[in-house]
Amino acid sequence: MSNPILSVRGLTKSYQMGETTVHALRGVDFDIYPSEFLAISGPSGSGKSTLMNILGCLDLPTSGKYLLDGHEVQSLDRDALSRLRNRNLGFVFQSFNLLPRTTALENVELPLLYRHDISSAEIREHAMQALAAVGLAERAGHYPNQLSGGQQQRVAIARSMVNDPVLILADEPTGNLDTRTSLEIMDLFQRLNSRNITVLLVTHEPDIAAFTGRQVFVRDGRIVRDIPTPQRLSARAELDKLPPTSTEELI
Amino acid sequence: MRFSALFRIALRSLSRNKLRSFLTMLGIVIGVAAVIAMLAVGQGARASVEKSIASLGSNVLIISPGAFNQSGIRLEAGSGTRFTEDDAEAIRRESDAILYITPLARAGVQLKAGGQNWRTNIYGVYPEYLLIRQWNVASGVAFASSDEKSAAKVCLIGRTIADNLFGAGTDPVGQTIRVKNVPMRIIGLLESKGQNALGQDQDDIVIAPFSSVLHKVLGGTYAQSFFASAVSTEAISTASMQAEDALRRRMKTPEGTASEFTIRTQTDIAQAATATSQTLTILLASIAAISLLVGGIGIMNIMLVSVTERTREIGIRLAVGALGGDILLQFLVEALVISFMGGLLGIVFGVSTSMFLSSTQGWAVKISPVSIFVAFGFSAATGIFFGWYPARKAARLNPIEALRYE
Repeated sequence: MSNPILSVRGLTKSYQMGETTVHALRGVDFDIYPSEFLAISGPSGSGKSTLMNILGCLDLPTSGKYLLDGHEVQSLDRDALSRLRNRNLGFVFQSFNLLPRTTALENVELPLLYRHDISSAEIREHAMQALAAVGLAERAGHYPNQLSGGQQQRVAIARSMVNDPVLILADEPTGNLDTRTSLEIMDLFQRLNSRNITVLLVTHEPDIAAFTGRQVFVRDGRIVRDIPTPQRLSARAELDKLPPTSTEELI
Repeated sequence: MRFSALFRIALRSLSRNKLRSFLTMLGIVIGVAAVIAMLAVGQGARASVEKSIASLGSNVLIISPGAFNQSGIRLEAGSGTRFTEDDAEAIRRESDAILYITPLARAGVQLKAGGQNWRTNIYGVYPEYLLIRQWNVASGVAFASSDEKSAAKVCLIGRTIADNLFGAGTDPVGQTIRVKNVPMRIIGLLESKGQNALGQDQDDIVIAPFSSVLHKVLGGTYAQSFFASAVSTEAISTASMQAEDALRRRMKTPEGTASEFTIRTQTDIAQAATATSQTLTILLASIAAISLLVGGIGIMNIMLVSVTERTREIGIRLAVGALGGDILLQFLVEALVISFMGGLLGIVFGVSTSMFLSSTQGWAVKISPVSIFVAFGFSAATGIFFGWYPARKAARLNPIEALRYE
């Protein structure tokens, strides 16, 4: 197997909550390899959100090592973390987190606007390509409030991949969506993954995790299970099983 | 992030809350307009004071006798010392910095001409008086040294007197007026000088030869004061000192005691008047500056609200890789756009207010380009100063908390 793109060793994170110390992570070791599609699952309070924040370079561990694409993340400052997120990571959130009153295309352009090494024309071209990859090229000029939930999430996915990240982190990306739209989003992730894009999904829904290739279970701040998905499902196949009615008004 | 992109974001965010942005801007508009209008009024007042001081003449010195002071009781000016023509002659002889000098005998008199009469002051002076005050004759001629020697019953009158005795706009030259029943022939009409620094009408005056006034009207031998002019502006203080020395010698004032007269120069008078109008300008400008400060606090207030409202947006931007500096700049540009637009509107508003005051109230206003630049610069500085804290607050937000913010 090739070298991991992400590698954590002995990761811990504790918070001071008043008098008590909360140990959110108690020593996590794991690796992610290129072209993987994995899900981190666990009950609320298990520490999976904390792990997600640290892996997403939004937060720093209390102790332990985190190597992302050759960068020693644990020793970086605020702006260096920003640059790392900007160049190496993509984010998809449960609540989409698109900028309001900003077109789909401009939302997708956002990460590239904070880079100083590409021209406006290149930014536009990259953003249009990303929008086309999620099937929304013709909605480029629409505002978020003119798009359905599924479309908004696809814009967010386009934004997460516009900078060619080594890893896309998706935090409960189907949490706010109905079954059919959720399947469409998972289908999109599976198609992106088949084009060798690495995706890390955080979810508490087992049937969503079943679309990934590897499942990591977190409990009480530790990884308790890390297995390949026994019976990996195809979102496309599941979509085809849905009755064709009752679909049009949902999109 | 490119500046054009920051500018676009700022405009978009400001247009999202049009009324709010406008009201915030209004604070700056009023502040800048007030600074410009108040400075215009202050400087206008100053310019008119300077003009009226210039109407006194050029490089003028006024020498007045001191008050009689014995056993602590002080009487009126002139009661202790009396000036004579010989004193004036002595000053002229001994002071090379003095160009012209004239004694001055003044009296309040009732004038009569035809069926009209008028109360005014008559000034008895040498012909040089008109040179000292740089006063020309509008019609007719000035009197000459020969008139002075012969105590001729001739006089010059000001526009106000001509208007009141002979009717507005008439030429009084050749007419005769009776001054305390002494008939005097009007040989010239003085150019109009308008009001002086104290608001007195300078055209309400009769000027006649010193000897004529002294002997035919007043019946005395003393001059009330001397009017002199220095050879140049630089020579005013020298002239003042030379005149003082000459007079002290003539009066045999012992060393170390105070002179029994005072010498005021045009510079002294100008300084006193300018100081007053400067105080006025400073007072007006500080009131205006306070309103600009209040406008700045308005910007800070609204920017803090804006940062709180847009916490999630800031979180998204930070998550996709904005640096602290990018966020800081974004909010700073927004504050600057408010203050710049406010500043520009303020200039328009301030200049038109000044013009309005000048045309309807007849106030002397003077809009200087400097005051416009200063006001605009201050508004921009206000934007940076009061926009800095909210912008820094935004830049320091924790991305995780900002993303979670509802």
